[in-house]
Amino acid sequence: MTSVLSVRDLRKSYGAHEVVRGVSLTVERGQCFGLLGPNGAGKTTTLRLCLGLTEPDSGSIELAGEPVPQRARQARIRVGVVPQMDNLDPDFTARENLLVYGRYFGRTDRDIVERIPRLLEFAGLSGRGDSRIQALSGGMKRRLTLARALVNDPDVIFLDEPTSGLDPQARHLIWERLKQLLAQGKTILLTTHFMEEAERMCHRIGIMDQGRIISEGTPRALIEQHIEPEVVEVYGDGVDEWCRRAASDSASRVEQSGETVFCYSSDARPVLARLEAERNLRYLHRPANLEDVFLKLTGRELRD
Amino acid sequence: MISLRFVPVWRRNFLVWRKLAIPSVLGNFADPVIILLGLGYGLGSMLPEVGGVPYIAFFAAGTLCSATMNSATFETMYSAFSRMHVQRSWEAIMTAPLTLEDVVLAELVWAASKSFLAGLAILIVIWSLGLSHSWLSLWVLAVIPLIGLCFGALALIMTALASNYDFFMYYFTLVITPMTMLCGVFFPTDRLPQVFQAIASVLPLSHATSLVRPLLFGEVPGHAVLHLAVLAAYAACAACISLLILRRRLAS
Repeated sequence: MTSVLSVRDLRKSYGAHEVVRGVSLTVERGQCFGLLGPNGAGKTTTLRLCLGLTEPDSGSIELAGEPVPQRARQARIRVGVVPQMDNLDPDFTARENLLVYGRYFGRTDRDIVERIPRLLEFAGLSGRGDSRIQALSGGMKRRLTLARALVNDPDVIFLDEPTSGLDPQARHLIWERLKQLLAQGKTILLTTHFMEEAERMCHRIGIMDQGRIISEGTPRALIEQHIEPEVVEVYGDGVDEWCRRAASDSASRVEQSGETVFCYSSDARPVLARLEAERNLRYLHRPANLEDVFLKLTGRELRD
Repeated sequence: MISLRFVPVWRRNFLVWRKLAIPSVLGNFADPVIILLGLGYGLGSMLPEVGGVPYIAFFAAGTLCSATMNSATFETMYSAFSRMHVQRSWEAIMTAPLTLEDVVLAELVWAASKSFLAGLAILIVIWSLGLSHSWLSLWVLAVIPLIGLCFGALALIMTALASNYDFFMYYFTLVITPMTMLCGVFFPTDRLPQVFQAIASVLPLSHATSLVRPLLFGEVPGHAVLHLAVLAAYAACAACISLLILRRRLAS
């Protein structure tokens, strides 16, 4: 496989604050790579560096065969970008947004106009070509932004938190569309803090915290590497007391967060046995997931 | 650094303008015409001739220059700030294969284009009122875009520094309004005390009025090359300064 994006030891500081502290990553053609991290982890800055929108302090980037930032403009001809915050043109209709954006890539009007019906259809906006942006819902705007990112028929698509602020229906539709793009052979790099999104969409995930990629692999491999396979979440009155009395000697690892106790183990039966007699406690027995990995690696305290 | 890549960005602004063209063109004509007629005839009726011409003819040249200046200034301050900061249009453009240099060039050429319309509107009024009879007045059409470029670039520095729209009031109050008073829009500069004449001589609007007024009266302006060079130098320096500040602002 050939890599579409290759990043080596990338560093970037703003003043005294080092936002990206030695990031290396490789995205293979046709893959979806997810940067997963809490707010302020450096995900968006990493994307901006890869696109050549910000100059790195050190490190090397190659995007779509071009060195960045030296030839970032040429690289971006092959790239589509969905930014974190919608920046569609409010003065234009959906169709005009696509036309005007396509011109920035040096495409002819005829070429763009020919592509617009397919792009609108892909975005599920076939009947809305002449709608003003203000008349579109949040989900429609995001889909139009995705269609806009495809106006140049890119090889690579960058998405910065593509489903933040969307309701579940809108989110699932975006996921479905991204899967279609992967099926067409497109390469995707996305940032997210939704575990479900990362787990569903991504072939590989880099968990990012405080400017570093602290772990990288397939979702399954990350779970196997970092977390016991079974989790029992326990909550209810008297959970503190139960935790002290019973949790630690029945599970291999115990974490408490607020009113919930998380019991991690390779076999949950001893924990479940200790819960049977507890009338006041409720519990949830589930397989370990990416969120457990994420919280273990980045901690449970709040990030702002 | 300069390439034709700015053209699609210019076309974007043109498409927005086309949707609002009627009120915009009406504004180009109505506002300055009211001031020109009101002050020109009203005030002019009480005044002797100024420099050998009726006051309204004198004032018309000033109105043309100040309307051109104001149009370009508004465009690269309020409108460009909306595109940069509020609507994030620049951000969208720069994730396409375009750079900040392309965007800045597009903004400046667009400001010059809009100010050309504003100046042209006044020129049409001047011709139709019979305030200028000379073929030389056609040269004004070539000077207007340079005036627009100059003031568009100066105002873009303010946009690069602004955190909100209110900031622009400083520029109007402290720069544009005094400049309008000092630079031969309402009265000849030689009526000012020496020190103010010296200040006026380095301000770009003086050089604009020094070019436009003689052309309207059918005279070849004295020191034309100097006036053109000063306007061009202001435009080039201001464009570079605004680009530097914008680069720092948008890098973070």
